[in-house]
Amino acid sequence: MTIHEVLLSLDGVEATYNHAIRALSGVSLTVRTGEIVALLGANGAGKTTALKALSGLLPAERGQIAAGTIVYDGGDVTRRSPAELVRAGLVQVLEGRHCFRSLTVEDNLIVGGQVQGLGRAALRPELERIYTLFPRLRDRRKTAAGLTSGGEQQMTAIGRALMARPRLLVLDEPSMGLAPLVVEGIFTALKRLNREEGLSILVAEQNSTVALRHADRASVLETGRTVLDGPAADLRERDDIKAFYLGFGVGGPAAPAAA
Amino acid sequence: MEWQFFTEVLVGGLLSGVMYSLVAIGFVLIYKTSGVLNFAQGALLLFAALTFVSLTERGLPVWAAILLTLAAMTGIGAMIERAVLRPLVNQPPITLFMATLGVSYVVEGAAQLLWGTQVHGLDLGIDDLPLEIGGVLVSSFDLFAAAVAGAMVAALTLFFRYTRIGLGFRAVADDQLAALAVGLSLDRIWTAVWTAAGMVALVAGLLWGARLGVQFSLSLVVLKALPVLVLGGFDSIAGAIVGGLIVGAVEKLAEVYVGPFVGGGIEGWIAYVAALGFLLIRPSGLFGAKLVERV
Repeated sequence: MTIHEVLLSLDGVEATYNHAIRALSGVSLTVRTGEIVALLGANGAGKTTALKALSGLLPAERGQIAAGTIVYDGGDVTRRSPAELVRAGLVQVLEGRHCFRSLTVEDNLIVGGQVQGLGRAALRPELERIYTLFPRLRDRRKTAAGLTSGGEQQMTAIGRALMARPRLLVLDEPSMGLAPLVVEGIFTALKRLNREEGLSILVAEQNSTVALRHADRASVLETGRTVLDGPAADLRERDDIKAFYLGFGVGGPAAPAAA
Repeated sequence: MEWQFFTEVLVGGLLSGVMYSLVAIGFVLIYKTSGVLNFAQGALLLFAALTFVSLTERGLPVWAAILLTLAAMTGIGAMIERAVLRPLVNQPPITLFMATLGVSYVVEGAAQLLWGTQVHGLDLGIDDLPLEIGGVLVSSFDLFAAAVAGAMVAALTLFFRYTRIGLGFRAVADDQLAALAVGLSLDRIWTAVWTAAGMVALVAGLLWGARLGVQFSLSLVVLKALPVLVLGGFDSIAGAIVGGLIVGAVEKLAEVYVGPFVGGGIEGWIAYVAALGFLLIRPSGLFGAKLVERV
């Protein structure tokens, strides 16, 4: 995949909640077309806030961007509604999956596709595309999403986002609470989309081992600030970085990888 | 004979309960999608009935009056959503509730300003004759009201199940943040919901107006909807229906069978006692907030 223009860039972003609680104090980040970028950091480092800021979801959580710029596809993110950003191809899969619990898996996907404004006939091949990517969803398509397993819910949430035909898919902790094998399957599917369709991906992870294995570049957050940025291959090699910023002891994770 | 009398009271109660359900459904629609307990539902109902009556009294044919009132209700619903609730989005529930309380009085005042304060009779052309069905006497007006309510619920169900905006509605009711994240326009869905609540208010307003006369105490039927909501759950249309039926039946049966021992007049408050008792046992109501969750 050839990597060229900058698709998303955050520059010196500061954010607060309720105009009082400071959550970000200087986040800078770029994602180029066709790239997979990992956003790493310990619990509470500001990963989720950063992702919500760039998807326009902060106002819905009573958060504000206090300083800095976020530019997606040449336009200022803060001036656009989340719906406009989704239409422009910037779609986020929220932390904790957030499926529509009482809707079937298929209805979840259909809601994801609504932004494309497709009719029933045109929707069919789009659904097929998701079922090919995640065959387990095909078997579960008539089940209420709230009754499916954690892995299936994560696939539903990702499938729902993909239904909007994103150019940049943003994922917040897709590995959270899932078995290592399931996590591996999800990352493999994402990697395939990236390779075959050129989908750009920004993924926030606490599980740096998995994220670094699949990412091209990585950015590390500590207490709301970007402290490191570089090729994933370099970060992979340096255990001291993991020990220092990500809370892992030298020689392996101090906590279970899926925690 | 004894059994027949019981059935008659029960059926009468159930049918009058349908009228409560009609009011409660308006609450549920808005509560489910936006978490707002819309106290103004009663004022909307009054506004609808008053507008309809005033238009027909000015010589408009019934169908034209219905269409015009519907248009007015749609406008008001959309206006409340845009002018009051949208700017208050993300505020605590008590703030939103107080806002709808305010809206309630503004809508009532506006209705008064527009159409005057006198009491109107509302004749839907349905005679309230007792019909005999299987030896049980049933009010034909109550039957008509039940049929209208049934048709309305069926229409709402079809709308939510098979239309695009209906699917969006259910998605928003499930998870607002996720709905935002997949690009649904919450504003559009909320406007649609307020419009639907306005229509429900029209149907309920006409039926209640025909029963009680169109006057300002009509807006107090909201108070009758509260025990229904407590029983059925604030976020379930099915709950609103079942809750209404229970409240209606309890009221009538209690009045007839318990009333004589305490000197009568318990129809007015027994529903609240039942609701209170229910709150202690099942605070989320019969059908409320049934979380689909895997353990």
